[in-house]
Amino acid sequence: MPASTKRRVLPGFRLSLGFSWFYLGLIVLIPLSSLFLKTFTLTWAQFWTTVTSARALAAYQLTFGASLAAALANVVFGLLVAWVLVRYRFPGRDLVEALVDLPFALPTAVAGLTLTTLFSANGWYGRYLEAVGIKVAYTSIGVAVALTFIGLPFVVRSVQPVLEDIDVDVEEAAATLGATPWQTFAKVLFPAILPALLSGFTLAFARALGEYGSIVFISGNMPLRTEIVPLLIVTKLEQYDYAGATAIAVVMLLASFTLLLAVNLLHRWTNRRLEARPGH
Amino acid sequence: MRSKLWVPLFTLLSLAGCSSKSGDAPAAGAPSGEAAVTLLNVSYDPTRELYTDFNAAFAKHWEAKSGKKVTIKQSHGGSGKQARAVIDGLEADVVTLALAYDVDMLHDKGQLIPQDWQTRLPNNSAPYTSTIVFVVRKGNPKGIRDWDDLLKEGVAVITPNPKTSGGARWNYLAAWGYALRKEGGSEATAQAFVEKLFRNVPVLDSGARGSTTTFAERGLGDVLIAWENEAFLLTKEVGKDKFEIVVPSVSILAEPPVTVVDKNVDKRGTRAAAEAYLQYLYTDEGQELAAKHHYRPRSQAVAAKHASQFPSVSLFTISDVFGGWKKAQAAHFDDGGVFDRIYAPQAR
Repeated sequence: MPASTKRRVLPGFRLSLGFSWFYLGLIVLIPLSSLFLKTFTLTWAQFWTTVTSARALAAYQLTFGASLAAALANVVFGLLVAWVLVRYRFPGRDLVEALVDLPFALPTAVAGLTLTTLFSANGWYGRYLEAVGIKVAYTSIGVAVALTFIGLPFVVRSVQPVLEDIDVDVEEAAATLGATPWQTFAKVLFPAILPALLSGFTLAFARALGEYGSIVFISGNMPLRTEIVPLLIVTKLEQYDYAGATAIAVVMLLASFTLLLAVNLLHRWTNRRLEARPGH
Repeated sequence: MRSKLWVPLFTLLSLAGCSSKSGDAPAAGAPSGEAAVTLLNVSYDPTRELYTDFNAAFAKHWEAKSGKKVTIKQSHGGSGKQARAVIDGLEADVVTLALAYDVDMLHDKGQLIPQDWQTRLPNNSAPYTSTIVFVVRKGNPKGIRDWDDLLKEGVAVITPNPKTSGGARWNYLAAWGYALRKEGGSEATAQAFVEKLFRNVPVLDSGARGSTTTFAERGLGDVLIAWENEAFLLTKEVGKDKFEIVVPSVSILAEPPVTVVDKNVDKRGTRAAAEAYLQYLYTDEGQELAAKHHYRPRSQAVAAKHASQFPSVSLFTISDVFGGWKKAQAAHFDDGGVFDRIYAPQAR
């Protein structure tokens, strides 16, 4: 047993690994496995009809689609916010820093109510948007808007520390070697922040998939059009259909887990490529 | 650092200790009657104000009658969610929910009460009733008088989702019952009627309060289908002079039922107080409070006193038209039921 006989530099590895597994098991694995157990009360055919009904399919599409759109929007604008916060000193900067974290702390139902008020036909934003024919509240656009709101801090807070680590000298060096600002960004900065950006994206995306509170207000909950998966699960519970609810939850869980795993692998791959680059 | 970490941990542990202690004490055979009794009333959303008043009245009555103090705690939320909490172990002494179907589930899923619970108190165990009415904007610009007007082109109707809201199920069944009673009404015409009605619904909120907000605050829709007591709340307290109540020619008799949760009161030794609590709802004082909070009283005498508040409507019951809640639920709201078919892809 070479692994166990090899001395590690830091002590306490086995104890802390054991504790980690115990803790994860208690807090994550046991609750999740009970979720799976509950679905086993369904036959395979019942399970399949439940999770592939037209309404469920429409809901998966909306939930994954809107979450993806929101996470992508946050990648672009979150990066911008992080950039401004790291590179510039301006009055009110502390305020902006605090504002970025606000969606973390705000109860999502409050966010949902507020956004609905703003974007509905008589709201501050809504009245102008409807005038040019864009309906936001009670459509899938509204869902994406709410998910963007709750996902913003994840990207900003992932990218910010990495940006802070990049010295301005690097950019100056690129400039003296004749790089245009765009080249500097694409060839020097972007590869360095890509892993952080990816993990920010993953977090925002994952957060959006499970969101319920803010969405039920702004989506209008129309079957087949603006119904999200978590609402469908609640619907099943309202009918005391525990097994049906967990069946949909299991599908959601597997899909999210696969996606997150894929993004994590991509994350590792970009990290490795980054380290393998000459000059590192 | 160390002390900081211990504070939440300690709080958590002491909380866990407390809750298990308070739960076990009566079961351990504490001399019931010596200590003050605590009752938990698990109810649904719009009864909050009613029970705040009623609990104070009952506590006074019970102390005068038995010499014992009683404290009543209230819990409110969506009716189905509340029923599930009790099934999953929330130790309610009494439940006062929005529909009998949710109470039935306390028997079916939790074995907490006997099957015939609804015969234990007068009037199907529903001490007060309500009905389904319309709320329109001031002046009734779209001229809404009855259910047929809700089907007109260009009328936007606000009602919550029957899949998630008990109140919405009453709305839906009221419309269905009206269509059945029309000349030449049949199951087929009723389905067509309700289908057309839901085509005019632009948003399905998940609960009754959500719909009220959509209608009143967002300014969406021309008519809100709502419980009568919610309609009163809206027209008298929230938006005075902004809304009007329209009472349709035919509507449904909504009977929000109450029951003692046998398994819990026997375990906690609170049966006497819990039963007295529910019976007190049927006394003059209980009925007066119900009327004050816009529920229709069962007592003829009290109802007569408040007759001006409650216009007479031709009312039908769930058992008359649908053969009870379980049948109505299975036919209309379960997966694959009529409501799902209304929204099925080919219907759109």
